[in-house]
Amino acid sequence: MEPPAEMVHWMFATGLLLLGLCLLSEAIVGPEVWRARRWRAYLWPGLAFTMGVLMWPVMAFFTNSAIHMYAHGSWAEVLMLAGGAELGLVHGRLKSRWWRLTTPLAFAVTGTAFIVHEQNAWFFQRSAFLHHLLGWTFLGAAIVPLALVFRPRSTVLQSAFALTFVVVATMLYCDRDLAPVFGHLSPLAGVPHR
Amino acid sequence: MSSTTIRSLPSARTRTGRSRRVQAVSLLGPLTMLAGLLWAIAQPYRITLLHPHGQGFWWLVVEPPLLVVAAGIAFALVVARPLLADLEELER
Repeated sequence: MEPPAEMVHWMFATGLLLLGLCLLSEAIVGPEVWRARRWRAYLWPGLAFTMGVLMWPVMAFFTNSAIHMYAHGSWAEVLMLAGGAELGLVHGRLKSRWWRLTTPLAFAVTGTAFIVHEQNAWFFQRSAFLHHLLGWTFLGAAIVPLALVFRPRSTVLQSAFALTFVVVATMLYCDRDLAPVFGHLSPLAGVPHR
Repeated sequence: MSSTTIRSLPSARTRTGRSRRVQAVSLLGPLTMLAGLLWAIAQPYRITLLHPHGQGFWWLVVEPPLLVVAAGIAFALVVARPLLADLEELER
């Protein structure tokens, strides 16, 4: 009764798309208007934390290998850490801006885990390509939340941060369990089902 | 007279900035829905509901273009609508 792995990617893509839209609208209206209603301030950190929690069943039920388990487990941990830190900052329990370093840490760990747990080459098949691309995207984009720690009110950085999630969501939507990428499909990958 | 004009300039600029923000926020949801719709038109085979016979539960529930449309609708109703109300209240 488990969904195919590609569907799990699509469901997480939907969560990331919503996260990106929330962050983008916060960047557009500014933090004062965004936090005019209390619940809205908790929205995206809560969404990030929830996605971290949901990553645990992914780790438990989609363990193809030990490296998959470590990758999904580390994502769950860093997503919960970044979401939790942001929740603490919004609530006022945490004061130091250095807690925001948990977000670039989450990006760096996510990027590394994506690259390390994909054992096939870029053009083996589409999911291999996307895992490499997602990994390098996260690693490269880690500079944005890192810069936001020092310039938290920069609209350009906030928008770039939001659009990163939209781009990542798009990549995850493109993921298939077995499909060619730019006409390449290794004969070792199997036969595409759709 | 000139001093009145000078004094009114910043508020007019602020109003324009706010209305641009209103436009931008109000477009996010519909643009997301449109992206999902265009995707569905470009790749109709990703919509399993169009050929449901013999499909399992997950293939009928999780359909990426529809997920994008659903995300757009959820954002527009749950996030954008109250946010626009707050922005417009600020404009008054």
